[in-house]
Amino acid sequence: MRRRKQAIGLITLVVTVLAVYLVFMYAPVPSNVRDLPEVQKILYFHVSAAWIGFLAFFVVFVASILYLKSRDRKWDVLAASSAEIGVVFTTIVLLTGPIWGKAAWNAWWTWDPRLTTTLVLWFIYLAYIVIRNSAEEDEKRARLAAIFGIIGFVDVPIVFMAIRWWRTIHPVVFEAGQVGLTPKMLTTLFVSLIAFTFLYLYYLLLRLDIAKAKLELAGIKEKLRAKF
Amino acid sequence: MKEFLSAVGAIVWKDLKAEFRTKEMISSMLIFAFLVIVIFSFAFDPTAQSVKKILPGVIWVAFIFAGTLGLNRSFLSEQINEAIQGLMLAPVDRAAIYFGKVLGNMIYTSLVEAVALPVFIILFDFSFSGSWLSLILVVVASTFGFVAVGTFLAALASNTRTSEVLLPIILFPVIVPVIIGAVEMTKAIFAGSSLGEVATWLRVVLVYDVVFLVIPFLLFDFLLEA
Repeated sequence: MRRRKQAIGLITLVVTVLAVYLVFMYAPVPSNVRDLPEVQKILYFHVSAAWIGFLAFFVVFVASILYLKSRDRKWDVLAASSAEIGVVFTTIVLLTGPIWGKAAWNAWWTWDPRLTTTLVLWFIYLAYIVIRNSAEEDEKRARLAAIFGIIGFVDVPIVFMAIRWWRTIHPVVFEAGQVGLTPKMLTTLFVSLIAFTFLYLYYLLLRLDIAKAKLELAGIKEKLRAKF
Repeated sequence: MKEFLSAVGAIVWKDLKAEFRTKEMISSMLIFAFLVIVIFSFAFDPTAQSVKKILPGVIWVAFIFAGTLGLNRSFLSEQINEAIQGLMLAPVDRAAIYFGKVLGNMIYTSLVEAVALPVFIILFDFSFSGSWLSLILVVVASTFGFVAVGTFLAALASNTRTSEVLLPIILFPVIVPVIIGAVEMTKAIFAGSSLGEVATWLRVVLVYDVVFLVIPFLLFDFLLEA
């Protein structure tokens, strides 16, 4: 267990350093962007973070179903850990997007379908975390969170479709980035995606350890309370 | 099936009877909906032409806010004297409780809308040229989606410490598709469009209605364990 975590941590470090190198030294600066073409480099981490967001929320969905079926605490812990990491990465998406948007579109934010869906997604999983914090007993928290984990994920495709149609009615001010990616850029993006996936795995393992430690601590407290 | 329906009917009847003895909730919802509109007219100049454009949005904000008030009550009232335990002990399928509550909330919210909608149109001196029938259909379809998922999440929230505060936080992100659909359809019908012209949105909202009636139905048993 410990070995596996160390191995994943090491791989994460190597791939991440490689990704950073590729982003800044290897990937070419696009020539078709007017000012601040370097800002385009944000794309590599922006897209990777978005991918981790979706992956993490999918894990929440699957773990929630498995929890309701088996009532095994480990699925609940997995769902909780994945949701927290997902929110962090979605926050990164929502922060890096405007930085790039300001340079490329000259606007911090547009109500583009992808942006808006990401924002709603972020709210749904914040709600998931709030539910976890406001339920009292462990069993109830796990159950309520699992139920919302399912509802929330099912909602996402409908949200996306609704927002897409909504945007086709309103005038689209900015055309979403039609930046053609050269092979070098694609390689960089691909490595970034792998780096972020390992980062996600590593965070997940760390977060599961914390959950396990918490559980153990609660058990020790219970034992002590029974003794005295 | 017949037994199930009569159980659903009993839940609705119980809730309506309790409500119409006090009329506490429905009057609060109505007053709240009016207040939202009045606040909006202070925030935006109500005589300006531009207000007519945002009226459908304002109406739906008022409906959703007022509806959330009602949803909050529907399961919290059952917590008093542990009434929910009594409901759970009843020898009927627990889904009957969910459907009964959905129907009850649908009746309250529709009543509020039926009173509030004409008043809003008068207050904003809006010349409505579209078809009333289409408008009613659109409002009912959208309200149903909101109420179906709202009732379920209200039941979920009532199990937590912070239930009244929690409900809007968990409900509003989930009902985004319904809000968009409702506002777009209402806007189009206010402008004189026929139902056929808003068919895409109607389909989105109807799909939403079905999805969020079936999924809560499947999950409701898990929610009421205790």
